[in-house]
Amino acid sequence: MFEYIWLIPFLPIIGTVINGLLGKKLGDRVVGFVGCTVVGISFLISASLFAQLLSLPSESRFFSKVIYTWIGSGDFKADIGFQLDPLSSLMILVVTGVGFLIHVYSVGYMHKDPGYYRYFAYLNLFTFSMLILVLANNFLLMFVGWEGVGLCSYLLIGYWFEKKSAADAGKKAFVVNRIGDFGFILGIMLIFTTFKTLNFSEVFPKAVDAFSKGDPTITLIAIFLFIGAMGKSAQIPLYVWLPDAMEGPTPVSALIHAATMVTAGVYMVSRCNALYTLAPDSMTLVAIVGAATAIFAASIGLVQNDIKKVLAYSTVSQLGYMFLACGVGAFGAGIFHLMTHAFFKALLFMGAGSVIHAMGGEQDIWKMGALRKHMPVTFLTFLAGTIAITGFPGFAGFFSKDEILWEAFSGAYGSPALWLVGIIAATFTSFYMFRMFFLTFCGEFRGTDEKLHHLHESPGVMTVPLIILAILSAVGGYVGVPHILGGSNVIGSFLAPVFGKGLEGKVEAHGGGESLELILMGVSVVIAVVGLLVAYYLYLANRELPHKLEKKFKGIYKVLLNKYYVDEIYDACIVNPIKNGSIFLWEKFDDRFIDGLVNGVASFFDEGSAVLRRMQTGAIQSYMLSIVIGAVVILGYYLLK
Amino acid sequence: MITLTHYLVLSGIIFTIGVIGVMVRRSALVIFMCIELMLNSVNLTFIAFSRYLNSLDGQVFVFFVLSVAAAEVVVGLAIIILIFRNKATVNVDEINLMKW
Amino acid sequence: MLETVLFYFFAGAAIISALMLVMRKNPVTCAVSLIITFISFAGLYILLNAHFIAAIQILVYAGAIMVLFLFVIMLLDLKREEDFLSRLKAQKFFGIALAVILLAEVFAAISSINGMFLTRGIYSAENIAEAGGNTKVIGRLLFTDYLLPFEVTSILLIVAIIGAVFLGKKEN
Repeated sequence: MFEYIWLIPFLPIIGTVINGLLGKKLGDRVVGFVGCTVVGISFLISASLFAQLLSLPSESRFFSKVIYTWIGSGDFKADIGFQLDPLSSLMILVVTGVGFLIHVYSVGYMHKDPGYYRYFAYLNLFTFSMLILVLANNFLLMFVGWEGVGLCSYLLIGYWFEKKSAADAGKKAFVVNRIGDFGFILGIMLIFTTFKTLNFSEVFPKAVDAFSKGDPTITLIAIFLFIGAMGKSAQIPLYVWLPDAMEGPTPVSALIHAATMVTAGVYMVSRCNALYTLAPDSMTLVAIVGAATAIFAASIGLVQNDIKKVLAYSTVSQLGYMFLACGVGAFGAGIFHLMTHAFFKALLFMGAGSVIHAMGGEQDIWKMGALRKHMPVTFLTFLAGTIAITGFPGFAGFFSKDEILWEAFSGAYGSPALWLVGIIAATFTSFYMFRMFFLTFCGEFRGTDEKLHHLHESPGVMTVPLIILAILSAVGGYVGVPHILGGSNVIGSFLAPVFGKGLEGKVEAHGGGESLELILMGVSVVIAVVGLLVAYYLYLANRELPHKLEKKFKGIYKVLLNKYYVDEIYDACIVNPIKNGSIFLWEKFDDRFIDGLVNGVASFFDEGSAVLRRMQTGAIQSYMLSIVIGAVVILGYYLLK
Repeated sequence: MITLTHYLVLSGIIFTIGVIGVMVRRSALVIFMCIELMLNSVNLTFIAFSRYLNSLDGQVFVFFVLSVAAAEVVVGLAIIILIFRNKATVNVDEINLMKW
Repeated sequence: MLETVLFYFFAGAAIISALMLVMRKNPVTCAVSLIITFISFAGLYILLNAHFIAAIQILVYAGAIMVLFLFVIMLLDLKREEDFLSRLKAQKFFGIALAVILLAEVFAAISSINGMFLTRGIYSAENIAEAGGNTKVIGRLLFTDYLLPFEVTSILLIVAIIGAVFLGKKEN
């Protein structure tokens, strides 16, 4: 059965080919059907492989298959090979499962869009690339998937390319990702020069055998790889593209910019856990960047008024949590949060999409309100997502986020400071999520009457995926119930073969142990409730207060609303100098110097030949004379030699 | 005793006469004949060498030169006729078509 | 002895008629002197034991090709050309001088080749006579060692014929 692993990425690419080449002729119904079916079958295969993997004893849960030797040149060898282990099997389940739901949802959301088939071709291509990324058994193939998802992200952000802001956002995403990819490439090259191979199954054991902890080469590799992850997973300082990426269709935001692609960096860091464990400095970097991103993005999210922008900053912030987990050595917790985040964030985005759909494209939460009455299903599912992300006990986010916070406090590389940052970010999260929720679904409607009449619940093809994801958001956390609450952390032990032991759950080291964990858990529950109450107080009970606060803290409010002016700073410090430099090179160097050289050569020969062509008199006899001169000279040369 | 050198000298003289003819005559027809003369002088060297080296390759080669000359004359004369039709002359200094 | 006499006879005839070709004004005279040159060459070929080539020299060159030349000369109503020497311009003078230098160089080259050819082939006069004569041996060579070039020659001739027909027909 494992032999059929290649079918998983292969099916979506078939969908791309069919939809991309024939989509215009097939009609929307067939396109949608094909697009969903290939991913659906892919999901079924993934699920059966997952089940089979589970039936094996935990130490032999590994399968690797080389489909084709892609490059074989001297020492260098790169295969198209797939690897199935607990980590990648979990990833393919998330990618194909959530991906399938989003495909189905898109059928309704993209209804009557003129580029319907193009959209599904891109979406399938994305699924293909993402599956290549997570299934690859070597760095190079992973990089292929990595670039593939980057490309699809670019194509889908700029899907409505006739809109300038969308085209610009696509470009921005592409360029910023390029910076990260450059780091990734450097990392891959360094891995190759160090280990002479790129296969995961060879690099990691070699690294463990041949290098001691803190080796500078490994640290450098880890940092380069992390730069790649920063770009793809939108961490400080390369996060700027993700909020702009919301210009794309909402299902795209759900699939690419919340559930799957942006988590590729987390996946990659987790995949390379052997390298990171060998380089504690890089771990610290990962943790600090993660924590900083978590709180930074959450604080921006506090004041955003665009429903998708709030979710975008929330995503950046949650990704920060995942890196925080990786940075403190809790890779399993990071992947766990990746999974639950995929559920609830995809749900929230799709719920937001449903709202936007009903509002006829309106995204400003101040123009919504009281949607609860008009869209009960969206309301309930959105509520589930909100509760899940804010970490209310029993929902998915609670278990995963709590594990991260606990590891940040007690893990091998954790510290109370990291925990504090995390808990503050969690407070922010709770506040801005409920702020958005209340403003959107509660209170009274603040939009125009016309919009009010237009309000409607979304069709079944959109709400059913919402319901499924809502259920998953509610129960998805139970695969990782910690020991302290009587669970057995199934997912942790499932992933343990990949991440090795001895990093997680070093509770004893800190002492206090169980009671401390319970106290911390209590704290995070309390702060979630605090966030809820503050949001309730400000936006439902006492609606004048926010405006007063705005005036009172005008400075801070403005800074937050303008996202700390990071875009402006980047423009001033990086973009504009490069732009001006390029313009200088273009106008002065290229136009004058290079073109001058080329044109000079051309005009030299032009004028030279104008003179020389006079020799072509057309008088054959003078030609003959030249031939004889030539013969005399050549013969004379050989005689005298 | 007639040696190889005799034939080669003769061949050289004839060849040079042909070259001079091409350079000084104006009529395309005569120029053409002079080219045939040069071809023949070369044929003579082939056969002379063939005789003195006890090899028949030279003679075979002359056979091919003959065929090529025949083909060349046919096409060349056809072209001359065409030129005459268009320009009413075959004097090369009045034709000079191969010009910038 | 006879060979020497014949050689000088044919050589003299060839040179004189070649000079006539270059110096006579009338194209028909030129053509006729060229025929004389060709015939003298045929004589020289016989002296060199190349009987087959001598025969086709007469047939193809002196016969077919020169007849073609004469036809064309008669077909075209040619004006008389000026005298060879009367229009001896600088370029022509320069050309003749160069040609003489070329001849001198050729002579120099000839004088330096004596004794350079040590390897000799198997086709000595006796061997050829034994094998049935010059024509037979060449025929066999053409259809064995030189079969491909021989066949290609036929294509060349066809192309030439087609070309001549195409060029010669009136446009309409």
